[in-house]
Amino acid sequence: MTYHSPTDLASALDNLALTGSKVVAGGTDLYPAKEQGRGPDHFVDVSRIEGLADLEAADTEIRIGAAVTWTQIVRAELPPAFDALKQAAREVGSVQIQNAATVAGNLCNASPAADGVPPLLCLNSEVELSSASLGVRRLPLSDFILGVRRTALADDEMMTAIVIPTPPAKAHSAFEKLGSRKYMVISITMTAAVVECDDDGCILSAQVAVGACSPVAQRLPAVEQAVIGLKPEDIILTPELFASLSPISDVRGSSDFRVDVVVEQCRRAIQKAAKH
Amino acid sequence: MSEIAESPSVRFKLNGDEVEAAPMPGERLSQVLREDLGARDVKIGCNAGDCGACTVLVDDLPVCACLTPAHQIAGKRVETVQGVNATDPIAAGLRARFQDHGAAQCGICTPGMMVAAIALLRETHEPTLEQVQDALGGVLCRCTGYRKIIDAVMGVPVEKGDHSGLVGDPIRRVDGEDKVGGHEVFGDDVAPAGTLEIFIIRSPHHRSRFTLGDLDAFVAENSEIEAVLTAADIQGENLFGVIPQFVDQPVFAEQETRFRGEAVAAVIGTPSAIANFDPSRFPVSWQELPASNDTATAQSDDAAQLHEGRDRNVMCGGFVARGDAAAALARADVVVEGGFNSGFVEHGYIEPEAGYAQMNGKRVEVHACTQAPVMDLEGLERILGMDRSDIRIVPTGVGGGFGSKLDLSVQPYLALGALKTGKPVRLTYSRTESMQSTTKRHPSNIIMKVGANKAGKITGFNFYGEFDTGAYASWGPTVANRVPVHASGPYNVPDYRAESKGIHTNNPPAGAFRGFGVPQSAIAQESLFDELADRLGMDALEFRILNVLENDMPTVCGQVFSQGVGIRACFEALRPAWNGTLAKVATFNAANQTLKRGVGVAGGWYGCGNTSLPNPSTIKSGLRVDGTVVLHQGAMDIGQGSNTVIAQIFAMALGVPVNTVDLIGGDTDVTPDAGKTSASRQTFVSGNAAKLSGLALRAAIASRMNVAQDAPFTINDGVVVAEDAAGRHQLDLSTLTPDAEGYVLRAEESYDPPTKPLDADGQGSPYAQFGYAAHLVEVEVDTAFGTVRAVNFVAAHDVGQAVNPKLIEGQVQGGIAQGLGMALMEEYIPGRTENLHDYLIPTVGDIPPIEAIVIEEPDLHGPFGAKGLGEHVLIPTAPAILNAIAQATGARLYQVPATPARVRAAIKALQS
Repeated sequence: MTYHSPTDLASALDNLALTGSKVVAGGTDLYPAKEQGRGPDHFVDVSRIEGLADLEAADTEIRIGAAVTWTQIVRAELPPAFDALKQAAREVGSVQIQNAATVAGNLCNASPAADGVPPLLCLNSEVELSSASLGVRRLPLSDFILGVRRTALADDEMMTAIVIPTPPAKAHSAFEKLGSRKYMVISITMTAAVVECDDDGCILSAQVAVGACSPVAQRLPAVEQAVIGLKPEDIILTPELFASLSPISDVRGSSDFRVDVVVEQCRRAIQKAAKH
Repeated sequence: MSEIAESPSVRFKLNGDEVEAAPMPGERLSQVLREDLGARDVKIGCNAGDCGACTVLVDDLPVCACLTPAHQIAGKRVETVQGVNATDPIAAGLRARFQDHGAAQCGICTPGMMVAAIALLRETHEPTLEQVQDALGGVLCRCTGYRKIIDAVMGVPVEKGDHSGLVGDPIRRVDGEDKVGGHEVFGDDVAPAGTLEIFIIRSPHHRSRFTLGDLDAFVAENSEIEAVLTAADIQGENLFGVIPQFVDQPVFAEQETRFRGEAVAAVIGTPSAIANFDPSRFPVSWQELPASNDTATAQSDDAAQLHEGRDRNVMCGGFVARGDAAAALARADVVVEGGFNSGFVEHGYIEPEAGYAQMNGKRVEVHACTQAPVMDLEGLERILGMDRSDIRIVPTGVGGGFGSKLDLSVQPYLALGALKTGKPVRLTYSRTESMQSTTKRHPSNIIMKVGANKAGKITGFNFYGEFDTGAYASWGPTVANRVPVHASGPYNVPDYRAESKGIHTNNPPAGAFRGFGVPQSAIAQESLFDELADRLGMDALEFRILNVLENDMPTVCGQVFSQGVGIRACFEALRPAWNGTLAKVATFNAANQTLKRGVGVAGGWYGCGNTSLPNPSTIKSGLRVDGTVVLHQGAMDIGQGSNTVIAQIFAMALGVPVNTVDLIGGDTDVTPDAGKTSASRQTFVSGNAAKLSGLALRAAIASRMNVAQDAPFTINDGVVVAEDAAGRHQLDLSTLTPDAEGYVLRAEESYDPPTKPLDADGQGSPYAQFGYAAHLVEVEVDTAFGTVRAVNFVAAHDVGQAVNPKLIEGQVQGGIAQGLGMALMEEYIPGRTENLHDYLIPTVGDIPPIEAIVIEEPDLHGPFGAKGLGEHVLIPTAPAILNAIAQATGARLYQVPATPARVRAAIKALQS
C-alpha cells in the first residue's frame, strides 16, 4: 500500500495508472464506503496538486478546480446563477464535510442524491478529465454520470476541473431540498432552477434539474419549456411534465411521494429563482 | 511534500507542538491522533462523518478527523479540544458557559461540539442563533436536546449556581470539568495504545445455520492473530440475560443464529492485524434460513420457533384488569378506537459500546461503559464460571446509555479474550455493529378502545398491545409488565382492561429504552383522548384535566396514593400556553394556505423503580483521617447527572457543602451495589440510600463528639468542629484509627422502595412513587411536503422536589429531543438503516425552544420529597406532536415516525 500526495498533475496521473489506485481529496465519501479490512492499494491525494484548488472566473467560463471544496464555493464571489450551487453547498453534510469535501468528488461519487449535480446541470457544466493514456478531455456533466455510482471516468483517469460557461448576469437561481431533518440529511428530492426574466418579470428562460428522482439527476426540458413567458406566480406544473423521472421507493420515501412532492418543489424553486 | 510511499512519516503541529507520526497509507487522522499521539480527547462515534464527535480544527477549519487521511495533514495545524482549551481565551469562556448552562451531559459529543463552536466564535463573537445552528449542525448530541449548548455558545445569561449544593440548588455538575476539558475517560479511552484488539464475526442473515472451519489453522496461518474465541471457550454457561427467568441469549451462537449481527466467533489480534482483517477470510460458512421479521409472521403456523417453551414465539405477557371494561364501553356515550404502530428505535448514544480487560493474577478486570456494573459482574460470573470475587468491573465514563447499556455487550468478549490470551485486550463496537447487535426500543402494534360519557368522563378502556421483543428476551418481560400498568395514562379509569404480549422475531433484541414500552402505549392513549375530546366537543386540555388521577383515587392497579399525585398541576401549568397558542395558531392558519400550524398536548406518568420487585440501592460513605468526606457513588452517571444529584442529597443529609465531597465511582471492588441506572430509580432509590448514608455518617460523627444529632459541624484540616447548645466541640480525626479503607468513621445504608406484588388481574402496589408529566407543542406542517417543524415546547414535570433544577431542565430537553426523534424521523430497519446517515436522529436545527416548568408535589417516599424523572421526559412528547399535526392538518397519524411521506399521505387521503 502507498500514499501519494503529489504537487504536480503528471505524477498524480502516473500514480493513477497503477492497479488498485484511488483518488482521495476530502475523504468524505471514501471513508464511509470503506469496508472492514479492504481499501485501495494506492491512495492518490489530489489536494496538493498545483492549481487544482483554484476557482477561476474568466469572462467566458468559470473553472472550479477538482480540489475546490464546498466551503470555497460558499465563500466565493460568483454570479447569481450560482446561488443554487451555493445553497446546495450549504446543504452538503455539515460544515465539517463542506470544509473537506470537493465539488468534483460529489460528481465522481455519482450518488443519485448528490446535492451538487442539479445546480451544475442547470449551469450547463462540463467536466474536464485527465489521464496519462487519454490526455485531457471534456464531457458535458450530463454525459459524465452514467448511473448509480457509475461515471465515464476511465480507470486511470481523474477529474481535474468543472467548467461552466459564464451565465448571464440577469440569471438567478434557487435550490430546494427536502429531507427529514435540518442538517446532515440525504435528500428525499431536490431541485435546482436557473431562471432569467424580462423587465416585466416574465420568464425568458429556465433551466430546471431534479435529483434523487432517477438514477442520475436530470434536467426537465418539458418543465423548462412550460414556464417560458409566465410570471412566477402563474406557474402551474402538471405531473405529466415529470414523466421522465423514475424515482425509487426507499427508507426516505416512496416513489409516489417523490413524484408528488417534486412537482411542488420545482414550482417553488422556479418561483424563488424568478423572484430572487 | 512531493511524493510519498509506503509508510513515510508525517509532521504537523498538534495543539501548537510539532509532532511526527507514521500512519499506514490511508489511515484516518482520528486514529493517528488517538492511538499514536495520545489525543484521546478526540472521540469517535461513527467513523463516517455522521456524528461530528471527532471534529478537530485543521488550519482553523473544523473537519471530521475520521474522514481525514492522516497523510493529508502534513505541514498543517491541528487543534483538538484540549489544545484550544489550553491556549484560547475564547475556549475558557465557552468552557465556563458550558458548565453554567449544563451544556454537557454525558460529555461524549462535548469535545467535537466545543471545537465546532470555537471555530465559529473565532470568526464572530456574537453569533446569531442561525449561525450557531449552522456551525453545530454537524455534531450530534443525544443527551441535551441542544438548547443548552446553543445558549452556552451564544452566551445567554444563566444563573451561575454558586451555592453550597443543597437540595434545590442549580449547581454545576460535580463531574463537569473533565467533560468540558476533554479529560473524561470513556470506554474506548482506557486501553493503552497497541493493546490486542477483538473483532467479532457476526451473522450476515436474519437467521442462519453456520459451520465454523479449521480455526487452529486460521490462527496458525496468521502470525498477528493471537486467538479465536467461540462458544467452546466458555467455561460457564453460554447464556446471558437481565431477568432471571429469561436468561436466553448466547455470547456466541451455536449452530444457528437468530438475528442479523449475532456473534458466532471473535478474532483477537494486533491493532494492525485487526485493522487489515477482511472478515471474508474467516473460516465460516453460512446457510440462510427463513426468518420472521414481524410479530404476525412470528406467530403464524409455519414460523420457526425461536425458543423452546415459548409457543408461537410468545415470550410472555402482561395483564391488568379493574372494574368491567366491556360493560363500561357498552354504556359509553362516545367510543373511539384505533390501531397504532411503531418501529424499532435505536438508542443512538454517540459512544459505541467499548472497553478494555486485563488479568490481574487470576482475577479478570473489565473496564467498560455500562449502566449496571453489578449486573455485569453477575452476568460474567455465569458466563465465565468463575467466583465473583475473581471478577472486577470498573465502569468507565459512559457516553450515553438510555437503557441499552444495561445489558452486556462487549464485556463477555473482553473477559474471555483476556482469559484466553492472558494479555490485555480491547474492543470497541463499530457504529454498525452497535446498531445491529445491541437492544432497541420495542416495535409495537397496539389496538385501543376508549369510551366516555356525555359529561366527558372516561368510561371503559381496553388495550391490547403486541411488542416485538426480537430474538432474545432482554428487558422484554419488563416491557410486557409495565405497559398494562401504565397504558391508562395518569387518569382515573375505573373500568380498564389491558393486555400485552412480547413476541420473538428474528430481529435484534429489543430491550430497555427510556420508558420501557410506555412511550408506545402513550401514543395510542393520548391520540385517542384527543379524538374523544373532539367527538365530545371538548377542549383537549380541559378533557384531560377533567379525567386526571388525583390523590386518594385508585390507579388501574388499585393502588391508592394519599399524596404526591401531581398530574393535575402539570396540566394546569400548561393552560396559559395552551390558550395563548390556540389563538396564535388560528391567526397563523387564517393567513396561510400551505403552511399550517397546530398545538398538541399530552400527559404521561411513570412508576419509579422496578415493577413490584425488590431493587435496593446501597450507598457507602466515609470520613478519612484528613477530614475528607468520601462518597462511594455507585449509581452510574450516564449523563443524566446522578453523580451530582446523589452527592447533593448526601451532602444535604450529612450537612456539608457538596464541593467538599470526594466521589468514588462504581468499581465493584470498592463500591457497593447502587443498582442499575434504569427505571428512573437513581434519584429516588439511590437518593434515599445516599440520604440514609449521610444521616448515618452524621450520627456517627455526632455520637463520637457527643453532640446533638442536628448540631452543625465543619471539617477543617482533619478536625471536626461542632456547635450545639452545650457549646463548641472538637474532634481531631487523627486520634481515631483508620480502617482498612482508610476511614475513621463510615456509614453504609440501603434503601428498597416499598411495593407489593401484582395479582392475576394486575392489582397491587407496583411502585412506591410515580412521576407525572404534561407536554405542549406547537408545530408547523408544510402540507405540500408533509414536513413537520416543531416551533415550541412547554413541558411541565412533577419531580416532587427538584434536587438540581438545572439538571432537570437538561433531562426534560433531552427527553423531548428523543421523543421528537421517535415521533418524526427515527426507524431502525435491520439490514437497511444500520448507520447514522440512514438512521436519523435530531440535529441542532430540529429542536425548538423548550420551556421546562417544574412542579413540586412532594413525595412521601422520595428523598427530601424527590421523584425520578429520566423516563417521564419523553413519554408525552410523541403523542403531543401527533396531536398537534392532527390539529394543524386534520390528518391523524397512527404510525410513527411521522415521516414527510407518511404525513403527506395522510393529508392526501383526507383531501380525496
